Amino acid sequence: MTDTTAPRPTTAHELPAADDPRLKDTWMRRQLVVLVVGVAVLSLLPLLLGEQAQSVAIRTLIFAIMAVGWNLMSGFGGMFSFGHAAFFGIGAYTGAYLLVDHGISPWISMVVAAVLSAAVGVAIAYMCLRYKLAGSYFALATFAFAQMFLLIVQNLDVLNKTEGFNVEILPSDSWSMLQFQQGSPLYFWIPLAILAVAVLISILYVRSRAGQYAQAVRDDEVAASSLGIDTMRARLIAVALSCGVTAVAGVYYTQYYFFVGPEQAFGSAVSVEAIIPAVIGGIGTIWGPVIGAAVVGPLSELVATVLRNPPGFLSFLQGTSGLDVAVYATLLIIIVIVMPKGIFGTIRDRWRS
Amino acid sequence: MSLLEVEGLTKKYTGLTAVDTVDVTVDDREFLGIIGPNGAGKTTLFSLLAGSQEPTSGRIVFDGTDITGWSAQKVARTGLVRTFQLMRPFESMSVLENVTIASLGRRSRKDARRHALGVLERVQLEQYATAASGSLPTAGLKRLELARALAMEPRMILLDEVLAGLVPAERAPMIELLRDLHGDGLTVMFVEHIMAAVMALSERLVVMHDGRVLTQGVPAEVIAEPQVIEAYLGEDY
Repeated sequence: MTDTTAPRPTTAHELPAADDPRLKDTWMRRQLVVLVVGVAVLSLLPLLLGEQAQSVAIRTLIFAIMAVGWNLMSGFGGMFSFGHAAFFGIGAYTGAYLLVDHGISPWISMVVAAVLSAAVGVAIAYMCLRYKLAGSYFALATFAFAQMFLLIVQNLDVLNKTEGFNVEILPSDSWSMLQFQQGSPLYFWIPLAILAVAVLISILYVRSRAGQYAQAVRDDEVAASSLGIDTMRARLIAVALSCGVTAVAGVYYTQYYFFVGPEQAFGSAVSVEAIIPAVIGGIGTIWGPVIGAAVVGPLSELVATVLRNPPGFLSFLQGTSGLDVAVYATLLIIIVIVMPKGIFGTIRDRWRS
Repeated sequence: MSLLEVEGLTKKYTGLTAVDTVDVTVDDREFLGIIGPNGAGKTTLFSLLAGSQEPTSGRIVFDGTDITGWSAQKVARTGLVRTFQLMRPFESMSVLENVTIASLGRRSRKDARRHALGVLERVQLEQYATAASGSLPTAGLKRLELARALAMEPRMILLDEVLAGLVPAERAPMIELLRDLHGDGLTVMFVEHIMAAVMALSERLVVMHDGRVLTQGVPAEVIAEPQVIEAYLGEDY
């Protein structure tokens, strides 16, 4: 290595005072305040919602956790994943397998799944980056891996092939097994807490050295490496966090629905569900995926409900199958056209200017 | 004492030798200018030195360490840092954040931010600290390139056409700034087309042509050499 005792000439200039007002950075504090207030307000929701509305809200929370996870590597890291079903699926199946076959608590499974998923994600991303797959090729590669996992799971005896796992319903409440009375607000509060942790990870990560490096690499890889940044390492850290967070959403999914099969875990629809909230809400922003999920989650349900029992002037639409999906898709397209940077991204940019 | 020693450095592409057995040494605290017509291999030479590209053959020794074939990130961390002719800001970030990224390698986050603001003051960019880096005019982006490199606290800096794209009124302050930095002990190797700047700053001049070192020496003498004039005229006519 170089002689580090040699004088570094360009540091000779004077440093600004430590309390220089231009150095003040309240961003992190503001995000944490929003997080605490947001969680406090949302935790009241189960008291207002009926049982059916609560199940929609819970599904929305699972979407949100996935999207926050997806956003860590795709938004801040600039590596667009079209295969996050792989990591959600690893979570869902790790939870199911450990619980059903070994009676292990889902809380432990969350940790195991996060670590396993992060390791698999890092291995996949390393191979893609090593062979210089970028942009749409990277996205395609991740998609291919997710499809591969789907096929493997469908053919593995130990994972019950296409039948998946059913979680046994316990006779009484159990914190360790994460089972409560049907409709219990705990089924909402627990994923809310997981989401809060996922957002907290995002906030801390974005301002950390690793997060700053990942964003620099996303913006300009060549410039980043010329500043001494280990671009591979920066990217793999983003991938590990992303896959870990998404896997936890998977574990909770199995737990809440008491069932998981290959399509629910590894199907390509799952990958899309991780992407849409982030795109609608704002890629590469802290709050975008959460806001996007809050819009997208209830929206599909709302459209389906309205079309199932349409108001009088729309009665001719009744019974047209698949129409709700078409309407839902159209609404998403309109949002993307009106707000190309996502709901949060667009509003934030207007606010700033 | 020489800080950088380059021996027989060569970069071959299929059907083209961009850099051809180049020998150059740069003394500690020297200001070395490199000129040559377009396509002479100046930028490729920088890329080889900075680790952005791997040489076909030859040796690069920086500060006593053989750094031949090292990656760009590793070279940068040893104190040999380059700037880019085409500015490459991190566009999602503010000007201050851009420079802080470069300081983070050696400092804590808080300290890096403070140090980065100090560097911005040094290059007179502090009034844009919170501006979006993509919104800077060309002159600002050139200074940002320089600021990021300086924030690495390098021993030697490779400047690739840091004056290109500046209007004449913007050149004098930039030349002044480079002279100050050099005066503080920074070793500089720069590629430049604007001859006024080359003559004002270079202590020694290397002329490249067709990937080779055509000649080198005292600037005023070098540019008067017939072969140098021919190399330039040959391109223009």
